[in-house]
Amino acid sequence: MSYLNLNGVSKGFRSASGGRTEVLHDAWLSMERGEFVAVVGFSGAGKTTLMNMVAGLATPDSGTVQLEGETITGPGPDRMLVFQNYSLLPWMTAFENVKLAVDQVFPQWDNKWRREHTENYLKMVSLGHAMDRKPSQLSGGMRQRVCVARALACEPRILLLDEPFGALDALTRGTLQDELMKIRSQDDRTILMITNDVDEAILVADRIIPLTAGPRATLGPSFTVDIERPRDRKEINHDSRFKKLRKDVNDFLLGSAADKRNPVKVPAKVPSFGGTPVGVSA
Amino acid sequence: MKKLFPFDWLVLPMVGIACAMLVWYGLSKTITPKVPTPLATWEECKVYVLEPFAKRSELDQGVLNFTRYSLVRVAKGFFLAVLIGVPTGFLLGMSPWFFKCFDLLFQILRPVSPLAWFPLGAALFTTFKQDALEYAALFTITVCAMWPTVLNTAVGVRAIPQDYLNVAKVLKLSAFQTLWKVMLPAVLPYMFTGFRLSLGIAWLVIVAAEMLTGNPGIGSFLNQEYLAGHYAPIIFCIIIIGVVGFILDRIMNVVERRFKTI
Repeated sequence: MSYLNLNGVSKGFRSASGGRTEVLHDAWLSMERGEFVAVVGFSGAGKTTLMNMVAGLATPDSGTVQLEGETITGPGPDRMLVFQNYSLLPWMTAFENVKLAVDQVFPQWDNKWRREHTENYLKMVSLGHAMDRKPSQLSGGMRQRVCVARALACEPRILLLDEPFGALDALTRGTLQDELMKIRSQDDRTILMITNDVDEAILVADRIIPLTAGPRATLGPSFTVDIERPRDRKEINHDSRFKKLRKDVNDFLLGSAADKRNPVKVPAKVPSFGGTPVGVSA
Repeated sequence: MKKLFPFDWLVLPMVGIACAMLVWYGLSKTITPKVPTPLATWEECKVYVLEPFAKRSELDQGVLNFTRYSLVRVAKGFFLAVLIGVPTGFLLGMSPWFFKCFDLLFQILRPVSPLAWFPLGAALFTTFKQDALEYAALFTITVCAMWPTVLNTAVGVRAIPQDYLNVAKVLKLSAFQTLWKVMLPAVLPYMFTGFRLSLGIAWLVIVAAEMLTGNPGIGSFLNQEYLAGHYAPIIFCIIIIGVVGFILDRIMNVVERRFKTI
């Protein structure tokens, strides 16, 4: 039994025509404590559905999700989620957004301690200067940092990142990836990340698991990223292990899409050497 | 809007008002000689404008005193409408059961005129003897004015982004905290749109309600001048009612925009 287990998880939704579409089919995953795993897949393949089941926001139709041997039945801050679209409460400042979570998770602490805890995490994501700003006064990248701070401040047993940088421009995206790696070097939290960017996955994760093209998507074999840390986004582009891994993961994903005999599913953007968004920032 | 020339915001509305005065003057000089001209109206109503708080008799307590009575009545009715409308709107927006039970009923009750509600109110409150008509007036204002608050609140509740609710779920906020810290702030802008429209209706209904009760207020003053065959004060009252309604709407607009910053 590993730290996090997905045991043959399936989940479907009723479609408009009245039938049932199975989004995820028989997904298996095991993750050790302290591991950073990235699930990579196409848009609409069911990545968010998968994440929602680990978060407890959705329940599997069959199979179980277990964390440290306990079956997950509902949401909780021990599996704090960084949402795709920030999801900060817009009427609260950055500080208040994080503090709301801290108050909720550590009610036994006195208020001064909770305030300090909140400030520490906001400083950790380099937002010490912007704590009193509302989300509307923050850039996209800063908002997502607040979300990361909020999630980390809960000290979750597992941190869930649902396409955390998907809505950001390439430059900001790169900066936040670097920061995520920096934070991770200080705090060896177990992290499950979902992304559609293979390069991003290779850069930040210990292990990559592709999600096959939907419907009836399932988790593919595990690809270990055997590139030593710290990883540098510029140098890694020339690393032969990086190139091979990217090719392997992409081949697997494209192969799974071709198997569906549905050429529309094949994404137009096939990563090419040198011209990828991650390589741009410098 | 584009600026046409300096002080256009002041000059052009005056042109509009001047046009209306001209039409008024023309009509009273030609086809409706019973209606006093603008100047005659001013001559006759000057006393109300110059001494708006002077109480000359039981029937003429000063036009601004009457306005104040009406505003107090509207405030009471509006307050009740908000008190009933907000929770009803929340239930309508949150519970599909409640929605399916009551939506049809509300859609049927909503278009009913205040003139129709008033007699029912009078019948409902007969046990209050001399206060019965006053309660009937409040009842009428409340019942007519609450719908925009109910419907806008319900729309606001349905429009709460799922992400905010997910945050509440993941953080395991209690039902009360979710309502107070997440839902209420998210719905507030919608609620204030409802409040503004409700207040507008409450002010619209006050004249009808007061005509029927005869209790002192701007509406009953207008009615009593009408019964006495004085046309100038009627026009004067219409202007006062319009201006007060405009000011109320402006105030609510400012309040509403303060909450729109979300």
